[in-house]
Amino acid sequence: MAKGNIKFYQFLLNGFPIILLFFFALTGYSSPLQVFKINITFNFIHLIVFYWVLRKPDMLGYGLIFFAGIINDVVQNLPIGISSINYLLLCVIASFFRTRTLVPNLIYDWVLFLVAILIVSSIHFTLLSAFFDGNIKYGTLMSTAFFSFLVYPLVAKIFNQIYLLGLRQENVE
Amino acid sequence: MSTESSRDDFIIAIRSAFLKKGNRQKFSLFTLLVISILVLSLEYFKTGPIDQFRSFTKDVIFRGSYVVSSPFKYVKDKYYLYQDHMNMYEEFSILRDKDLDLDSLKKEVDYYKSENAFLKKLIEERDIFSTNYMLTKILLDKQSPYLKSIIINKGQKNGVKLGSAVKDRLYYIGKVVNVNFLSSRVLLASDLNSKIPIIIEPSGINAILSGYGNDQYAELEYLPKINEIKENEIVYTSGSDGIIPASIPVGKIVFKEDKKYVNFFSNFNQLNYVQVNK
Repeated sequence: MAKGNIKFYQFLLNGFPIILLFFFALTGYSSPLQVFKINITFNFIHLIVFYWVLRKPDMLGYGLIFFAGIINDVVQNLPIGISSINYLLLCVIASFFRTRTLVPNLIYDWVLFLVAILIVSSIHFTLLSAFFDGNIKYGTLMSTAFFSFLVYPLVAKIFNQIYLLGLRQENVE
Repeated sequence: MSTESSRDDFIIAIRSAFLKKGNRQKFSLFTLLVISILVLSLEYFKTGPIDQFRSFTKDVIFRGSYVVSSPFKYVKDKYYLYQDHMNMYEEFSILRDKDLDLDSLKKEVDYYKSENAFLKKLIEERDIFSTNYMLTKILLDKQSPYLKSIIINKGQKNGVKLGSAVKDRLYYIGKVVNVNFLSSRVLLASDLNSKIPIIIEPSGINAILSGYGNDQYAELEYLPKINEIKENEIVYTSGSDGIIPASIPVGKIVFKEDKKYVNFFSNFNQLNYVQVNK
């Protein structure tokens, strides 16, 4: 019984990015907050995809990211395939930076994340307005990207701790 | 020489990002990007087997999403129930102090209804709208800054039609924008893409109600430059689009910073069951 519990715990830790990715894709949760009449929302999927592809690429498959994009499009009523393109482009950027980076550094990752989400958000906006008649607020899109950028260091620290917990659990076994 | 080598590094990094598969990756990013573009291009097919497959996929995903979201929906419902409970005494006091002679009001409404029917008959106006509504349950409540919509548990199989009006009790809340086999998506009147023809009574001014992403208020477009709209006037659907039935109450006029807005009667955050026009 105890062994079963440990296995389940390890499964949770190893599958953490996948579980989290599909949770946010299925619920479309963006944690809307209102502070001083400013609507604050985060794009958690961008945070998850960028961090795990940049730092621990073996824990999150590209195929799963593609499927999460399809689910997100259905839930958010977007043209099916557009989020997959965004997430995969984010993977391309993260993967590119990974091959170019010798020593991982949180500040460096943070700045790269800003560059990546600005590129991805711009492509998202361009695709929607050029090929589909979706009325989308550019300001909201950019503010979500900005607030996601602000929380990146905190989220990265949490993800790192979870990854270390998983490693520790593997070593115990 | 060094410029050439850095350019080579750059090209190698790009190639590696697009084409290289990791230890546990089954597909390269390039392959998946091509598949995504192909999937996206299928959006242009609005009928036929592709549309049926899309409808089936959406039904499956909505049910999955409903299961995943249900614990959070339960907590949210309990929160609003608690809030309602706390406000109950205050609301009761307000209602007690109001002199509501409901019986005479009902008689007055009945009189106006019969008078209206008689006048319509005189001008030979045919009622093109159905008065039948079906009760549906909300599967998903998708309210983000980008999208204000709900998913209901009735679809093509139950006779839901594209463009049908949706009400919460007596009040208009939105229209059906997407019909799948077993579910449909309702675009709420607060969504950025929502535009509905309305009439403001008693001034009788026609306008377009346009959502702007706010759950409580919507904007008014195409109002006459000179108008005498007063605060608290009631906004109804005008039915001039020939799809949404006329005379469904939507909200009332409020003035905010010298601009006219419509305050919705219905609270979009507390919807559980809605009625769809058949």
